[in-house]
Amino acid sequence: MGWRMWLPLMVFALFLGLAAYQLTQPKDEFVESRMIGQSLPYFELPAATEDLPGVSSKDFADGKPRLLNIWASWCLPCIAEAPQLEALKEQGADIVGVAIRDDPADVAEFLARHGNPYSRIGRDDLSEVQLGIGSSGVPETFVIDGKGTITYQHIGDIRADDVPLLLEKLREAGR
Amino acid sequence: MIAELGHAALWLAAALALLQLVGGALALREGEADGIAGLARPAAILQGGLAGFAFFALLYVFAVTDLSVKLVAANSHSLKPLIFKLSGAWGNHEGSMLLWVTVMALAGGLIAAVERRLPEKTMQATLAAQGFVALGFYAFLLLSSNPFERLPEPAMEGLGLNPLLQDIGLALHPPTLYFGYVGLSVAFSFAVGAMLTRSVTPDFARAMRPWVLGAWVFLTLGITAGSYWAYYELGWGGWWFWDPVENASLMPWLAATALLHSVSVLASRDALRVWTIMLGVVAFSMSMLGTFLVRSGVLTSVHAFAVDPERGSFILALLAVYIGGALLLFALRASSISEGERFAVASREGALVFNNVMLSAILAVVLLGTLYPLLTEAFDVRVSVGPPYFNPVSAIFTIPMLLVMAVGPLLRWRGDSFARISKELALIAALVIAGLIFFALFEGGALLPLLGLALAVMLAVASFLPLRGRNLKRLPIAVWGMVVAHFGIAVALFGMASESAFSTERLAALEVGQSATVGPWEVELASVQPVAGPNWTAIEGRMLASYKGGEGQPIAPQSRNFWAPAQQTTESVLLTRWNGQLYAVMGNEANDGRWQLRLWWKPFVTFIWYGGMLVALGGVLAIIGRVQQDLKRRSIRRKGAVRRADMETV
Repeated sequence: MGWRMWLPLMVFALFLGLAAYQLTQPKDEFVESRMIGQSLPYFELPAATEDLPGVSSKDFADGKPRLLNIWASWCLPCIAEAPQLEALKEQGADIVGVAIRDDPADVAEFLARHGNPYSRIGRDDLSEVQLGIGSSGVPETFVIDGKGTITYQHIGDIRADDVPLLLEKLREAGR
Repeated sequence: MIAELGHAALWLAAALALLQLVGGALALREGEADGIAGLARPAAILQGGLAGFAFFALLYVFAVTDLSVKLVAANSHSLKPLIFKLSGAWGNHEGSMLLWVTVMALAGGLIAAVERRLPEKTMQATLAAQGFVALGFYAFLLLSSNPFERLPEPAMEGLGLNPLLQDIGLALHPPTLYFGYVGLSVAFSFAVGAMLTRSVTPDFARAMRPWVLGAWVFLTLGITAGSYWAYYELGWGGWWFWDPVENASLMPWLAATALLHSVSVLASRDALRVWTIMLGVVAFSMSMLGTFLVRSGVLTSVHAFAVDPERGSFILALLAVYIGGALLLFALRASSISEGERFAVASREGALVFNNVMLSAILAVVLLGTLYPLLTEAFDVRVSVGPPYFNPVSAIFTIPMLLVMAVGPLLRWRGDSFARISKELALIAALVIAGLIFFALFEGGALLPLLGLALAVMLAVASFLPLRGRNLKRLPIAVWGMVVAHFGIAVALFGMASESAFSTERLAALEVGQSATVGPWEVELASVQPVAGPNWTAIEGRMLASYKGGEGQPIAPQSRNFWAPAQQTTESVLLTRWNGQLYAVMGNEANDGRWQLRLWWKPFVTFIWYGGMLVALGGVLAIIGRVQQDLKRRSIRRKGAVRRADMETV
C-alpha cells in the first residue's frame, strides 16, 4: 500500500526532469515544414517577370544547392530582407524566387527598386507551390540540395545575423 | 504616483503573505494562535485588500493611459474605447499575472474572514499553505513581471491597438479561466491543510466544496467560450483541435469534475478521504501545468502567446516547489489517513467512484497526448498528436462513464441493488439501442458519432429520472443543479456527435451570379467587393443564402490581408438557425475569374455551447443550494450552542 502513495511524486519528478531539459534546449518558435528531408513536389511555374525564366522542380536536380525564396512584391518584410538576399548572392548563393499572387509589372518594379538577387522567378498565383512545400507565409526561404531535397527552412524575413547560418546550411547541402 | 502606490501595495501584500505563512506555521506547531501565530487570518484579509488595491491602481493607469508606465505604453493607446483600455490591463502577461494574484489574495482573504467550520489548526495550516502559494506568485510578479515598471521617458503614444484583442469575448476569456484556476488553488490549500493536520472530515469537504464548484463553473464557461471563439475566429470549421493550450484548460476541468464529485461523497458519506485529497492536489497541479505549457513555449501551439523561456523556468520552479511538495506530503501522510466509510459496489458512491476513475483515465489520456511531443523531442523526434489519438482513446473511457452517469443518480447511498431500479435500467438500455438503430437507419455514418447521438438521447432522458417520485417543490436546489448539469452534458454531446456525423462541406469555385448548395442551403455569390480596414484590405464576397428555397439572407465573409506583419486571415460568417449553422469562408480568386468558397452546414452544432452553458448553470445552482444548506446548518449549530450554554447556566 505504502509505495503506491509515492507513485504520483515519481511521475511528477519524471515530468519535471523532462520539462527542465526541454527548457534548456534552444527552441524554434515556429512550426517547421514537415517537408524537411523530402523531395520538392513536382511543379512548373511560368516566369513572373519578362527578364528572368520561370521555375520548375527539375531545375533543382542538377547537383547544385540553392536557396528557394518565397516572396511577393506586396509584402513589406520582403523589402526588409532584400539587402540580405543581395548579400547572400554576392557570397555565391544561387537564389530562386517564387512570387506569390503577384503581377509582372509589380514584380519588375520591386526588382528595379530593391535589387534583383534572383536567377529565376516563378509565378505562383494560387500559392500551390508555397503550400506544397509547407510554407505558411511570405517571406520564407528554403535550402534545397543538389538532388532537389529540402534541407532547411527559414521562416520570416532574413535578418543580417541569419546570413552566415543560411550560407552554412547551403554549404552543408552541397556536401 | 498611482503606479508607485500600486507597486508598494504589491510588496506589502507579499510581506503579508509571508506573515500569513509564518503565522500559520507557528500556530500549527504550537497548537494555539496567539502572538505572531494569531496573525494568519488578519494577514490574509489585509493581503486581499492590498492586492485588490494594486489591481485597481493598474486599472487606473490604463484608464487614464499613463504612458510613462511601460505596460501601458506597450499595450494600450489613447484612442481606444474605455472598455478596451481597461481590458488591456490584463490582456498581457504582467497584467494577467497581477489579476491572478489579486483573485488569489481575495479568495484567501475571504476564507480567512468567513470559514469557521474547520478545526482552528486545519484552518491555520490551510492559510499557511495559501500564503506559501501566493508568495511564489508575488515573487514571480515582482521579480520578473513587474506591471508597474516606468519608462525612463514617457512614450508619446501607446503601441497597442491590436484589433484582434479588441473583442469583448477575448477580454473576458482569460479572467474566466483564471478564476477557475485560482478557485482550485484554494482547494489545493485546503487539501494541504488537511494533510498537515491529518484531519480529513466531512466538514473539510463542505468547506472546500463551494470553491471547487465555483472553479468548475468558471472553467466550464471558459472552455465553452474558448471553443466557440476558436470555431468562428480560426475559420477552419472545427470547434476543438486538441491543441496544447486547449488541453491545458481541459485537464484542470476534468480533474475538477472528478474532485467535485468525490468531495460530495466525502461531505455526505465521509468516504473517499485519500482520493479527494489526491484530486485536490492534482486539480491545481493541472492548472499550473497548463500555465507552464502556455507561457513557457515548450510546446508548439496555434495560440500565439508571447513565450519566454526565462519565465517558463520560473513557473517550472514554482511547479516543482508546490506540486512536488504537496505530492511528497501526500506520499508521507496518505497511508496514515484512513479511507473512511465503506460502501457496496452497487451504490451511489460506487457509481461516483467508477466515474471518478473514468475521468482520471481521460485526464491521463489527454495529459499523455499533450506531453508526448515533449517526451519524443528529448530524443529529437518531432511528432504531433492529434484527433486520431485523442478521439477514440478518450471515447473508450467516455462511453462507460456516460452509461454510469445515467445510472448512478438513481442508486441509493451506501448499498443498493440493481434489481430495484431494473425498470429504469431497461429504459436506459432501450433508449441507447433504439437511438442507435434510428440514427443508423436514417443517417448512417461512422460508429462513434452514432453511438454519441444515441448516448446523448439516452442521457438527456436519464438525467431527469432522479426527479421521479419526488416532490419537485421541496427538492433541494443542489439536486436541480445535478439534473441541469447532466442534461447539459447530454445536450453538448448531442451537438458534438451531430456535428461530426451530419456536417456537410462544400468547396466550390463560383463565378459571380452562380450558386452552390450545401445541405439544405443554397448560396449565391452576388458580387465580390474590395474593402479596406485600418490596417488591412480584404476581398468581401457578398452572398445570398437561402434555407430550403426560402428567402435569401445576405452574408459577407471576407478574406483579409494585413500589412504589418503580412498575414492573411479569414473572417468567416455564421448563419444560425435553431437546428444548426451555415459557416461560410471566402477564399482566393482562381485563374479563370472564379472565386473559391468554403461552405459548411453543421446541424445542431450550437448545442455544443448551449450544453456547456447548461452545465455551468447546473454548477451555479449547486453552489446556491450548498451555500444555503451550509448557512442553515450554521444557524442550527449556533442555536444549539446557545441552547447548551443556557442549559449550563441553568
